[in-house]
Amino acid sequence: MNAFKRDKKEEEDGGGNPFQNMEKTTVLQEARTFNDTPVNPRKCAHILTKILYLINQGEQLGTTEATEAFFAMTKLFQSRDVVLRRLVYLGIKELSSVAEDVIIVTSSLTKDMTGKEDLYRAAAIRALCTITDGGMLAAIERYMKQAIVDKSPAVSSAALVSSLHLTSVSGDVARRWANEAQEALNSDNVMVQYHALGVLYQARKSDKHAVTKLVSKLTRTSLKSPYAACMLIRMACKLLDEDEGAGELYEFVESCLRHKSEMVVYEAAHALVNLGRSGSRELASPISVLQLFCGSPKPALRFAAVRTLNKMAMSHPAAVTACNLDLENLITDSNRSIATLAITTLLKTGAESSVDRLMKQIATFVSEISDEFKVVVVQAIRALCQKFPRKHAVLMNFLSAMLRDEGGLEYKAAIADTIIAVMEGNTEAKEAGLAHLCEFIEDCEHTSLAVRILHLLGQEGPTSKQPSRYIRFIYNRVILESASVRAAAVTALAHFAASCPPLLPNVLVLLSRCQLDSDDEVRDRAAYYCAILQQQNDPTLLPLIQPPLLSIPSLEGALRNYIRSSMDQPFDISQVPPAQTVEEPTQTEILSNIKQQPRLTREESFMEKLSQIPQLATVTRDCPLFKSSAVCELTESETEYNVKCVKHSFANHLILQFDCLNTLTDQLLEDVRVTVEPPEGYTLIGEIPCPRLAYNEPGTTYIVLEYPKDIQASVATIPTTLRFTARDCDPATGIPDAEQGYDDEYMLEDLEVTLADQMRGSAGRGLDFSAAWDAAAARGFSELEETFALGASVTTLEAAVRSLIGFLGLGAAELSDRVPSGTVGHTLLLGGVFRGGKQVLARARLALADEQVTMQLSVRSPDPDVAELITSSVG
Amino acid sequence: MFPIGDTAIRKGRKEGRPVTRVHVTLINFDINMDGQLLEPTLYTVKGMAILDNDGNRILAKYYDKKIFPTSKEQKAFEKNLFNKTHRANAEIIMLDGLTCVYRSNVDLFFYVMGSSHENELILMSVLNCLYDSVSQILRKNVEKRAVLDSLDIVMLAVDEICDGGIILDADASSVVQRVALRTDDIPLGEQTVAQTCTQLQWSHRARMPGDLP
Repeated sequence: MNAFKRDKKEEEDGGGNPFQNMEKTTVLQEARTFNDTPVNPRKCAHILTKILYLINQGEQLGTTEATEAFFAMTKLFQSRDVVLRRLVYLGIKELSSVAEDVIIVTSSLTKDMTGKEDLYRAAAIRALCTITDGGMLAAIERYMKQAIVDKSPAVSSAALVSSLHLTSVSGDVARRWANEAQEALNSDNVMVQYHALGVLYQARKSDKHAVTKLVSKLTRTSLKSPYAACMLIRMACKLLDEDEGAGELYEFVESCLRHKSEMVVYEAAHALVNLGRSGSRELASPISVLQLFCGSPKPALRFAAVRTLNKMAMSHPAAVTACNLDLENLITDSNRSIATLAITTLLKTGAESSVDRLMKQIATFVSEISDEFKVVVVQAIRALCQKFPRKHAVLMNFLSAMLRDEGGLEYKAAIADTIIAVMEGNTEAKEAGLAHLCEFIEDCEHTSLAVRILHLLGQEGPTSKQPSRYIRFIYNRVILESASVRAAAVTALAHFAASCPPLLPNVLVLLSRCQLDSDDEVRDRAAYYCAILQQQNDPTLLPLIQPPLLSIPSLEGALRNYIRSSMDQPFDISQVPPAQTVEEPTQTEILSNIKQQPRLTREESFMEKLSQIPQLATVTRDCPLFKSSAVCELTESETEYNVKCVKHSFANHLILQFDCLNTLTDQLLEDVRVTVEPPEGYTLIGEIPCPRLAYNEPGTTYIVLEYPKDIQASVATIPTTLRFTARDCDPATGIPDAEQGYDDEYMLEDLEVTLADQMRGSAGRGLDFSAAWDAAAARGFSELEETFALGASVTTLEAAVRSLIGFLGLGAAELSDRVPSGTVGHTLLLGGVFRGGKQVLARARLALADEQVTMQLSVRSPDPDVAELITSSVG
Repeated sequence: MFPIGDTAIRKGRKEGRPVTRVHVTLINFDINMDGQLLEPTLYTVKGMAILDNDGNRILAKYYDKKIFPTSKEQKAFEKNLFNKTHRANAEIIMLDGLTCVYRSNVDLFFYVMGSSHENELILMSVLNCLYDSVSQILRKNVEKRAVLDSLDIVMLAVDEICDGGIILDADASSVVQRVALRTDDIPLGEQTVAQTCTQLQWSHRARMPGDLP
């Protein structure tokens, strides 16, 4: 009582929040008032409100506290006060997840829900369903069915909505109550209609045929509720997306563009745009509707319209041009989100001439919009750079201005990515881009971004026109930044020194200063690079400045093995597979929400799997997996048994992994093996059968072969057969009928062991091909050279490059796999490692004449057999 | 979160030495401008909130356990939302992967949140219903003080508008009718004649016979 009075007093003091400074324990103590008889509704309602307020503020109640409060609350069922009773329902819902024994109120709630008071009934149903579990469901089922078809819309809606919530308790609730929902669908009340449609969809959504029937029936009647109409549009679109009932449904969605509710019109336009049925005729009507919305006084409607147009501008810029005039009016909209979307849409659809003007406009308010939208702007600029390469100067300046503004890491990273992408796509922009990035790292608070840009400078800077100008920027980082940035700067400096001999003496001075750094990683690196760079005459050491991107777990494994060995031979780094480079995503992927996880390389994940099989340990223990081939299918995809093969190459062994799938429901396969006839020179080491292959459960069997001593013989064709013991079984249960099975075999297609299976491409950007090529000659590599005329199927240089890389399994160096268009001659530089760690370098000079490609291929490798194998297998 | 090269990250190395390629990946921002067909469902509303003019929560409900599972995350979101919206009266904003529509009056801010693919106009209709219901409950006196004084009724109204993410009713007068407005909150002398009349109407509609103590 006292507390209550004090509250009153504070309220009278004015201003403040009467619910402020409440103690959870005090309030819960006040809840004892609930036990008084007779109940004082006004007072109890106030206390209950306080409890609800506390919970809503995020106050956590312990189980005991919650249970006590809950039981005190149940006493309030004595009162007939409407507000108090309704608050009790709210309390039940809030506490039901924390308190124990909440089902105690079931009977009270059931009484209320079947009673006469409509104001109680609807709310009681909803409260009851929150405390209902699977076991209680049967007890209230009858009441719920009645409630769904009740003539009071509130009660009917409550029951329908609750039944949807109950699907999480019992999956088939909606289906069991579908008949009642069907009846409710005819209700005059718009909300009941909407909720009934939701329940019916939930009941039938797994049965496409039933949904089609429901939708096509409803499209003929007109639904009164705009919400239900929106729902119906979504259902229709889902079917259209799955290619069901095409024409009629499409017409229905289109007809919704003339609905009297804006909500439905927009939903229909949005759906038509997203259906992906391109064609200017189909898109004309939704676009004209959206165009109309662009002029609406309601911000939400303008936003919705321009957002949809923006999306469409990516796929159909031409179709959106019709709205350009309306979008122009929106670029000064007071809602910055709308303005941004309008401008970015215009940037996508507009002509080159309007770029300058739009960029100027957006620059006026770019600081006001949220980071999310800034990213949209950055993406638009990126697309623009690809479209109008000549505009790169304007766009680059704009990006650098954005870089200088405030912003989070993701936003800054998006800008840096865009600048890098522009630089890669357009050599003219490289110098300017590097200059902007240099300026940016002068004042960059994100370590990871600074490190990345320093790394990029190290890669790209040495090949620019004036490498020396970047040294200052990089060395400034060494003086001013944190340890990880300093370390990256040291590495970048070393790259400059390695690639630009004139800079070497100066950089060595800088690096020797870095050896006095306070951080050990920085010192280590400086010392390491100094040591290498001072022996400048030895070209074989230079690759150590830019070590190949190795897969760290494999390197670790290989080093462990090496330590276990006698260590009398030098460690061979070429055994270690390279890390998987994440390919640049294509334009569409940039805009999607895919998160790229750092992942194991294919080889590593296979290695992990293989090393867990004890029978394979003899092979996998000593030697890392060199290369895993792509999956090749040994059967047609729709045959009885599916067999796919992955070839794992080790230094001297070949493990064939056969992934088998049994697609027959009435058969159980046992002792499944793939038998191979080892070709000449190969030795069969062992096989691991798959003990059991049930229907639709993948199984794996392995074959281990030893490569022939003669490398020339390693490229071979291996005939394969699937052998197994089949037992007939009951398709439903999978339990075999017969005691005894019968042996059977199934012919598979031949398996080819190719050159690419034994070769790993390792070149990438880091390899200085000409240096390596010359060094190879110096180190006594054997060289083979031959001239070929490529087959009739290869008619362009690009095709020749592609097929050559695919065939040899080598990697292209110095971006030589990009053939400039319109040329008739091209030199492809390739590098890689043959199994066993034998380096391979290849240079292919290609010439195009009369759709016929001629190739002169030179191969250098320490092992003459490998070089021979390469030239002979091309021929 | 920032791919300078997968192996470098996995090993906890902070700099990108062994990377030969600078990746242009991961624009995992919360807004997904990439439209998609909406799954037919009644679960439309992700949350509703009423904040005061300092951005403090007066009432907030979140219906999707997947977004903002704890009250700490909810309040952080509300703070962010308030900072982005309290100056510009722009009605709609996208934030943290949600489309938020909002409306303010004197010292109160009303928000309705939905997924970023949701039909903005549906969310707007819910917001309007929320605002109009509160306005009717408070007799057009939409102020923080008034909301706190009738917090119980406002709570009931919110509960009547949206149940677990499903729009229960989007018609303000029907919502007000269902929340059983207490009529004797304002002393008779302070009411205008019109107010008294409307109240009598309401009480007539709201109270069932036999309910009076």
